[in-house]
Amino acid sequence: MKIDIILAGVGGQGILSIASTIGVAAVKKGLYLKQAEVHGMSQRGGDVQSHFRLADYEIASDLIPMGKADLIIAVEPMESLRYLPWLAKDGWVITNDQPFINIPNYPDEAALKAELDKLPNKVVINADQIAKDLGSARSANMVILGAAAPFLKMEYAEIEDAVRTIFARKGDAVVNTNLACLKAGYDFAQKNQ
Amino acid sequence: MAKLLLLGDEAIAQGALDAGLSGVYAYPGTPSTEITEYIQNSKQAAEGHIHSIWAGNEKTAMESAIGMSYAGKRALVCMKHVGLNVAADPFMNSSITGANGGLVVLVADDPSMHSSQDEQDSRYYAKFALIPTMEPSNQQEAYDMAYDAFELSEKFHTPVLLRVTTRLAHSRAGVERRAARPQNELNVCSNPKQFVLLPANARVHYRTLLAKQADFETEAENSKYNFYKEGTDKKMGIIASGIGYNYLMENFVGTTCPYPVLKISQYPVPAKLVAKMVDECESVLVVEEGYPLIEDHLRGLLNRTGNIKGRMDGTLPRDGELNPNLVAKALGMPDSYGTPVPEIVAPRPPALCNGCPHIDTYLALNEAMKEHGPGKVFADIGCYTLGALPPYKAIYTTVDMGASITMAKGAADAGMSPCVAVIGDSTFTHSGMTSLLDAIYENTPITVLILDNSTTGMTGGQDSHALGRIGNICKGLGVAEEHIRIITPLAKNHDANVQVIKEELAYNGVSVIVPTRECIQTLSRRMKAQAKK
Repeated sequence: MKIDIILAGVGGQGILSIASTIGVAAVKKGLYLKQAEVHGMSQRGGDVQSHFRLADYEIASDLIPMGKADLIIAVEPMESLRYLPWLAKDGWVITNDQPFINIPNYPDEAALKAELDKLPNKVVINADQIAKDLGSARSANMVILGAAAPFLKMEYAEIEDAVRTIFARKGDAVVNTNLACLKAGYDFAQKNQ
Repeated sequence: MAKLLLLGDEAIAQGALDAGLSGVYAYPGTPSTEITEYIQNSKQAAEGHIHSIWAGNEKTAMESAIGMSYAGKRALVCMKHVGLNVAADPFMNSSITGANGGLVVLVADDPSMHSSQDEQDSRYYAKFALIPTMEPSNQQEAYDMAYDAFELSEKFHTPVLLRVTTRLAHSRAGVERRAARPQNELNVCSNPKQFVLLPANARVHYRTLLAKQADFETEAENSKYNFYKEGTDKKMGIIASGIGYNYLMENFVGTTCPYPVLKISQYPVPAKLVAKMVDECESVLVVEEGYPLIEDHLRGLLNRTGNIKGRMDGTLPRDGELNPNLVAKALGMPDSYGTPVPEIVAPRPPALCNGCPHIDTYLALNEAMKEHGPGKVFADIGCYTLGALPPYKAIYTTVDMGASITMAKGAADAGMSPCVAVIGDSTFTHSGMTSLLDAIYENTPITVLILDNSTTGMTGGQDSHALGRIGNICKGLGVAEEHIRIITPLAKNHDANVQVIKEELAYNGVSVIVPTRECIQTLSRRMKAQAKK
């Protein structure tokens, strides 16, 4: 078994919180893991990505070969498209639909939507709104993670467990909000695949 | 012991701690910064009173580490590749003095220049200094090599260079620890000649170093990190070094590589193992991250056989970092490229943060410079280098740490006017102070903006040696007090700040303007921490 994930977003959006949650679940299962991150200059509002690899055998490369990623998980819609060369033919794109516009030549809404519509396998979700409705605008990443949960080749309970571990330090209220966000994303993905 | 999930950088730090480290010396630089940060946050390091405070620059870091080695304890010095240029003087001479306590020089190279101005390969520096190099291919090796490099250093009384590249430095995987070894006792170097590099001593030491080369070669031939995997298809043999080995093996997941493979992770290049491959294979593909060091060795000046493949004959690209697909192509395997990137996807370069003090500084500077035309602002290395990009387009040079001031001086000497330098607070104390002294010595007409955001911003907000000292340093170096102007870069002060810059541009001598306002990132982190309390 293996699962290769490209995590994508804009520097400062916190894509690594998604990675660390999946990482906790993977380590508990005894899987091998490699996760290449972007640090340094690009973190200042530039495009950032993380190659996240899980397998039940020892992983060789820190980078996912092109055309071999099972999933692209993006917290920003244009960024979800930047990594299509890495996506396998039958791979899935899970992305937030809320743009982060910090460049003058950001594509217009209709063109972006048209490109997302072309993707054969996708879950496009307004994670910001869902998180806000659940009282924690900062937890949009957990909504995205929930939306990706059906594709992670793990039990949903294992991911819930990881969310509890990650946020335990911050108290029950924070844990429960994040679990609710996770669930909302999960339910959305089940209905909108 | 349970596995720890560590970045390559963190694995090196933990390996050094478990090897009985007594001090780490470093200046922040991507991709090496996380090593020192890990040690700064480590309970084990705190309990062992292990030194981990940032150094002023890579040269002072290297010298402190040599001093700790002199005193008999194990020292690690960390830097990015271009930092080794700054530390080159003590580094080169440390190979002549040799080590007393274990001395490991960690250099993190940045092929593809993710956060750097070049992609120089530090293995050449080790070859130049005639010392061993270790180059891990994965996080476990990063841990183990940090540990073993200290053993090697003390066994042969030599500094050892540990080289990683960005991908490994910033990638996480499970790492198994060994038992921690206690720190060395204080054991001051007993040979009064070892660290006195008077020519008479240095000649002797140099011959000793030359004599050690055979030992270094034997160590590399027998290293567990260098191994030969037999193959059935001898049409090609493959030499893979460091992380290149992983990219090679990625192409044989679930199968076996039919070609003989020689993995090299410890240098000098093990000649006997290489000879075996060259003798039994029709051609040799060399897969190495960085410059073609091994390939160049094998090929030689005349490339008589023409059967060495790699970066120099175009089988692999000459520049940039490797990846599994590039190696697949070199192996003649089909490309697995997915779907092309849609045309609407626009590049998203890094940018200054919202609320960044540098924005207000550049807006004021641009207005003050409008009447003087473009091309007159020399800059330096830090977040403010992003001022070269739109919408600011405020600066025209970035070469190396501290170069802004001295380049402005050289241009002023050539007759250009006005000449403005833009440098950050941390970069100024790293390498700008002597530059400023050159200008003061001749009273060269330059205007220096020292952007004081109270931190080393680009690498994530490390403490700066300049904190609270910029004004006094400039005064002490000899800048006239009335030409040291502290301003606050805020939109509401824009007109006043433009006026100050214009006044100093008109002054025919050295003036320093210090736009002072804390980095928005460290400020918000500090506020959050305060709110928690």
